[in-house]
Amino acid sequence: MPDTTKLIENLVEKYGKKRESLLPILKGIIEEERYLSEERMLEVAKALDISGAEVYGTASFYSFIDLKPRGKHIIRVCKTIVCDMKGKNEVIKTIKDCLGIDVGETTTDGMFTLLQTNCIGQCDHAPAMLIDGEVYNELNAEKVRNIIKEYKLNRQN
Amino acid sequence: MITLKINNTQVEVPEGTTILEAAKKIGVEIPTLCHHEDLCVAGNCRVCVVEIKGRPRLEASCATPAENGMEVFTHSAKVRNARNVITQLLLSEHAEECTLCYKNGNCELQNLAEEYYHDDEMFIDLAHEREHRIDKSTALRYDPSKCIRCQRCVRTCAEIQGVNALSAAFKGKDMMITTFMEKTFGEVVCTNCGQCVVHCPTGALTERTYYDEIWEAIEDPDKHVVVNTAPSVRVALGEPFGLEPGTIVTGQMAAALRRLGFDSVLDTDFAADLTIIEEGNEFIQRLKKKFVDGEEVALPMITSCSPGWVKFIEHMYPDLLDHLSTCKSPQQMFGALAKTYYAEKKGIDPAKIVSVSIMPCTAKKFEANRPEMKSSGYQDIDAGLTTRELAKMIKQAGIDLTKLPEEDFDSIMGESSGAGVIFGATGGVMEAALRTVYEIITGREVPFRHLDIQPVRGLDGVKEATIKFENCKSEYSFLEGAEVKVAVAHGLRNARKIMDQIKEGKSPYLFVEIMACPGGCIGGGGQPIPTNDEIRMKRIEAIYREDAGKPIRKSHENPEIKQVYEEFLKKPLGEKSHKLLHTHYTKRNRY
Amino acid sequence: MASQVKRAEIIFAPYSEYPYKILGEALKKSPDEIIEALIQSGLRGRGGAGFPTGLKWKFAKEAQGDEKYVVCNADEGEPGTFKDRDILVKVPRKMLSGMGICAHVIGAKKGFIYLRAEYDYLKEALQKEIDFFHQHCEKYGLDFHVEIKSGAGAYVVGEETALLNSAEGKRGEPRNKPPFPVTEGYLNKPTVVNNVETFVNAMMVCRIGAEEFAKYGMRGQKGSKLFSIAGDTTKPGVYELELGLTVEELVNEFGDGNTKAVQVGGVSGFCVPRAKFKDKTIGFPGKDDVNYIPTGGSIMLFNHTRSMYHVLENYLEFFEEESCGQCTPCRVGTQQLLKGIKAIKKGEKDPEYLDTLYKLAETMKVTSKCGLGQSVANSFCSIVDEFKEEIIY
Repeated sequence: MPDTTKLIENLVEKYGKKRESLLPILKGIIEEERYLSEERMLEVAKALDISGAEVYGTASFYSFIDLKPRGKHIIRVCKTIVCDMKGKNEVIKTIKDCLGIDVGETTTDGMFTLLQTNCIGQCDHAPAMLIDGEVYNELNAEKVRNIIKEYKLNRQN
Repeated sequence: MITLKINNTQVEVPEGTTILEAAKKIGVEIPTLCHHEDLCVAGNCRVCVVEIKGRPRLEASCATPAENGMEVFTHSAKVRNARNVITQLLLSEHAEECTLCYKNGNCELQNLAEEYYHDDEMFIDLAHEREHRIDKSTALRYDPSKCIRCQRCVRTCAEIQGVNALSAAFKGKDMMITTFMEKTFGEVVCTNCGQCVVHCPTGALTERTYYDEIWEAIEDPDKHVVVNTAPSVRVALGEPFGLEPGTIVTGQMAAALRRLGFDSVLDTDFAADLTIIEEGNEFIQRLKKKFVDGEEVALPMITSCSPGWVKFIEHMYPDLLDHLSTCKSPQQMFGALAKTYYAEKKGIDPAKIVSVSIMPCTAKKFEANRPEMKSSGYQDIDAGLTTRELAKMIKQAGIDLTKLPEEDFDSIMGESSGAGVIFGATGGVMEAALRTVYEIITGREVPFRHLDIQPVRGLDGVKEATIKFENCKSEYSFLEGAEVKVAVAHGLRNARKIMDQIKEGKSPYLFVEIMACPGGCIGGGGQPIPTNDEIRMKRIEAIYREDAGKPIRKSHENPEIKQVYEEFLKKPLGEKSHKLLHTHYTKRNRY
Repeated sequence: MASQVKRAEIIFAPYSEYPYKILGEALKKSPDEIIEALIQSGLRGRGGAGFPTGLKWKFAKEAQGDEKYVVCNADEGEPGTFKDRDILVKVPRKMLSGMGICAHVIGAKKGFIYLRAEYDYLKEALQKEIDFFHQHCEKYGLDFHVEIKSGAGAYVVGEETALLNSAEGKRGEPRNKPPFPVTEGYLNKPTVVNNVETFVNAMMVCRIGAEEFAKYGMRGQKGSKLFSIAGDTTKPGVYELELGLTVEELVNEFGDGNTKAVQVGGVSGFCVPRAKFKDKTIGFPGKDDVNYIPTGGSIMLFNHTRSMYHVLENYLEFFEEESCGQCTPCRVGTQQLLKGIKAIKKGEKDPEYLDTLYKLAETMKVTSKCGLGQSVANSFCSIVDEFKEEIIY
């Protein structure tokens, strides 16, 4: 585990002790820990001198700030209309089969979390998904299987 | 000035006036939900939309400034249709359990539903899908299924109190009003002040009620049920019975309590007078320690009567708790004496006494349940009811308050001075304390006309006064010529201003009064709804009328106070006082 | 098939001059001169709402404030839109030049690009471009600093006042207007918020002149527009076309030969059925031009295999999640519309219930606090109008 008090200290130093820094700080924590725990929210509240409710209220507004523990790799499959038309269901089904989890779940080894998301601006290359912010598009079952395989392989190395 | 037409009537208003305000000026009532005169504009509920000639969309009248030449229609067919749809939408996400609701009959959504009656459900019921999680904390109760997400509570907690215990969370269909991580009020930084309750238009936020337990105790022949009523209750209790805000109903209230079956009807004002004796002497003692003995002592001393304020400082300024007077609040002083002094005098087993207080306050419920409040050997106060709960009990008993004769409080612990009464208004504790402290030090009455210390009265957020001590008695010669600066704040956001000064070591004051609620207790979280500045002012005026009409206006002249010291306590700040009337505070989490 | 679509080359035009050279030249002009040129060019905001850019800059210039801000809205979240992504990748210097010119005009020293979380992967390259831009600002004596503010996943933040709240570290809830951002924007200071494409266009107006710029466009529309073409098309992608073309012209160029309907302007826009392709022109409507459809650039084509019920359901699922939730019509209305069409489909509600929903959508249009709730009715009513049978049965 990284030293999280230090992490928040560093983030506050980087972005400044002001309300405008809240989102960058929260995103910084997410980058390290994949989700925002109760403890981190309180630490951020303390660091910025705002209430816990304000941090919670703001954090929960944004879909990319997860409040539940997530896997090492977060897969977000676009579910909005064009990706939906172009085979999003097949993408989801393939991932489910590969990982043995449903949407919203995390693999038991903590490696993958499968989520859906709204339009990610890849409609010209639909269907598409993000893994940890990296774009994968023009997906089909085979491509998805290969991508997952690649991620699994990297874990072993 | 700006001239516009509302429903074809010309109206002239100053620049910056909203359409809603302009309409009010000519007697046009536009319905609102998220709007509250105490709070900033939200424009969320959209109930107050109006039609403006030349604009394709309807505009929220609470958020739209009047403009020259505007032609506004507040109840056109287009507006009424839209308002109807919006009302039905709100009802579809609101658990419609009016007959099971504490706020039945005093609900702004219910009023709107009455105006925009629809004979069938227009939309699909969404309320039943929502999680039914009711937070029943010691003081407050929150039922999200009745929440219409107008965010009045959120704005109250932020703008008036600066606590921010509540926030909107999530978005879209999941958007809700909640505490941090949906914890109970008992688990988060909440002062229990109940201002959110006073500002909630529906039954989502209410106090936790305890009157069923009190009825039970009253009906139990083995129990001796003692009730005490706070100063501000007597100037507000008339409101739920249709009386004008500011009507004094002290006598009727005592009569009603007796008819409800309380065994003894006593007065918190007595304990308020007692607080002044203890607190006044504590203040003088602190001054002496500081200026004569050269001891380290926390100044300014700050009053501790308001339990919302006390919990606030415990959370927000845990390092400054030394500044709080160690005096318990009048409620808790009363409780400690009820099961000792009163029990002794009356020859009643304190175990059989049930001590109830009627308070303008929700935080008093929490205070009564503090673990340290057991100095009589029992829980000093068994239950704190709000003014609203008392009104409910009176109605349940079929009593018409307005038709009752005026009766007196019982004795002992039923007599009070005008100084005790003014505890109910912001500045009152300070004024009462100064009336006594000045006289202790100089032997003369405080040098204000009719004893009215005007600078500490009124609704300004932070008020200041300077008292100069001259020709002091010999034992207080160290104060000769001293100009003592005092301050009064109400509303916790104002309290913060004073506290930040103290924190920075820049406070010019020696004595400070702080009340959690705007206007002081008369605007408390347990008072009748609605409460706004106009109503606060009327209640305050009534408090000072009651004071002016009292034969005794100074706490130290209250004969029952003299008696309790002679017969029981012996002397202020004495051993018994220390045990029964003083307390300590707890450092709490800031976030 | 011969193309009927007039391609334009403004935004992606391969000019030999360096964008920053144009910035340098623009800085020599007076703010009023630039504002005048923008007004002459007829340039209107490219984010979808279409407010005249010159006026916006003028208001911000005239607003009193010790600090002012230039904000680039790169929170491109409208489904079917991805053209800003291409600008950010291909011609970021033009965009940054536009921001610099704006700073010069209104007197701002600070600015930021609000980049949606979904485009986090563009951040590193963009930051390098900003650093490079700062070097040129210094060179030209422009005291202007730009940073990136990252979004965190919320469609409604594309609304300018919601964006400002989000940039301030708050919930991305739209504010009441007035006050408008030009007087009270970021941290309550006068602020210009423009779309990525608008800044490029503003810069190009300075480059080629208002007259030349206004030559582009057909049927009374001014300038070019980037279109994001997706859905049932043979060639999805970003295209720069002249404004004012008809849906039919678009379909002829991009359709797969089987186009049943075109969604213009994303889920917050309008659905045009085949029968109306000819009548509908893409551009900013004048006073009563019901046949003009404005767009931020999203064009989604649907062919005959698509169920319009399914399309509408997908839209409404999107809206009920992405509404900020603060105002009643939008928060509850979106849920009711979705639940309502499902109930009709399942036979739990009579087909007549669709009339109630239609009335609801129209109420949302006139009473919602911001553009999100106001525009739900666009797609809902246009799909229900044109494909009622599909919705009911």
